[in-house]
Amino acid sequence: MIEIQNLTKRFGPVAAVTDLSLTVRPGEVLGFLGPNGAGKSTTMKMATGYLAPDQGTARICGHDIVSDTIAAQQRLGYLPEGAPAYGEMTPREFLHFIAGVRNLAGADARAATERAIAGAELKAVLDQPIETLSKGFRRRVGLAQAILHDPDVLILDEPTDGLDPNQKHAVRSLIRGMAKDKTIIISTHLLEEVEAICTRAVIIDQGRIVADATPADLAARAPSGRLDDVFRQLTTRDTAMTGAAA
Amino acid sequence: MSMLWPVFSREFKSYFATPLAFVFIVIFLFAMGAFTFYLGHFYDNGVADLSVFFGYHPWLYLFLVPALAMRLWAEERRSGTMELLLTLPIPLWATVLGKFLAAWAFAGLALILTFPIWITVNYLGNPDNGVILASYIGSFLMAGAYLSIGACVSSATSNQVIAFIISVVACFLFTISGAPLVLDAFRSWAPLPLVEAISSFSFLMHFSAITSGVIDLRDVIFFFSLIGLFLYANMLIVDLRKSG
Repeated sequence: MIEIQNLTKRFGPVAAVTDLSLTVRPGEVLGFLGPNGAGKSTTMKMATGYLAPDQGTARICGHDIVSDTIAAQQRLGYLPEGAPAYGEMTPREFLHFIAGVRNLAGADARAATERAIAGAELKAVLDQPIETLSKGFRRRVGLAQAILHDPDVLILDEPTDGLDPNQKHAVRSLIRGMAKDKTIIISTHLLEEVEAICTRAVIIDQGRIVADATPADLAARAPSGRLDDVFRQLTTRDTAMTGAAA
Repeated sequence: MSMLWPVFSREFKSYFATPLAFVFIVIFLFAMGAFTFYLGHFYDNGVADLSVFFGYHPWLYLFLVPALAMRLWAEERRSGTMELLLTLPIPLWATVLGKFLAAWAFAGLALILTFPIWITVNYLGNPDNGVILASYIGSFLMAGAYLSIGACVSSATSNQVIAFIISVVACFLFTISGAPLVLDAFRSWAPLPLVEAISSFSFLMHFSAITSGVIDLRDVIFFFSLIGLFLYANMLIVDLRKSG
């Protein structure tokens, strides 16, 4: 369960996220949508403890990310934007490091690593340095890292960015397979992805929630019945204005 | 405590994943040898001790240790792994300490690899091995102090070159703070206790006290408190930058 309460973050004069509240329950896959710069990544960075919010907080399974950071992070799997990983390590070494940090040792660590490798389909590249891997494989290394300890809460920033259609399909079925008992937030630019795997879609623009509904309900708001028309309707006017102001 | 080990071992291994470890150790050993034998006239002195060798350590560390420390945090920021590292359930003190200890262990390894010179001097004469051991310990402590400064500076920037240059300057000031060059600038106007305080920060003074063969607790405490101070500052900087 993720409870985001009144999160606010300003970078100098720019309000990145303003008073954003959101509760996601187990079994939900929430698609986090919004134009570039809307505050998706900033929200995720605050919810995972990387950025300190100016106001508000997030609770991960009841643990406050600001005051009880480590306990909250233990229950959390996070794929940061761009799937950063130590380039000089191989996926095997990298996942071994993650297992150590996740307090897994011996047989537990081996089982968890095997499961993550199978889930992210990394077998073919296990012993190549991560910096030599394609964008798609790197993304899957990041995904394997996030799911390694079988967390209750998953926050994935653009998990399918840079993947080919087959890989996208594989990652989506992986997420769908885990969705039953986990709380999942994914951010994405791909509206068809929301329709494919999300049970709920939240659109944010300029740091505020502008829509929160099931993908089907949201799509029904446009005469055409298409989600991207609704998305454009809700976000273009504002972005046009920011563009002019900038 | 259990988090310290994964951080330490990943960081330590990362030195060997690139040619950095090899290049560093070769240059370190080569420079040590060149300084001792050519500049220091090790053979001509006709004395079987290593004071010449240890005398060059502060000056070599001045450039080599910041090179070792500059990547500790700057590289994480540049490559984006900082976000991964800080969202893993590792207490910040364990990250800071683990990284520092890895760099310190690496510096220790380079130092141990200078052992042929110890064998040489024992072959040539009968040096006081107690003094040599004390000097090695002092040199290791001093390397740690330089490293903590470098780690702290590295945490404030994502640019390794900037981290290197600022560290060298900071380390230089600590090295020579007991020298006339620095003290004369203060002596004319500052009260005596301040001048003495500044000169007591001199690495050279504490290190040469140890290389004379006496490990005085005060010198050991000096180096450890300096390390503690800079690692604490390192933690504060990382924490502060979380607020964007």
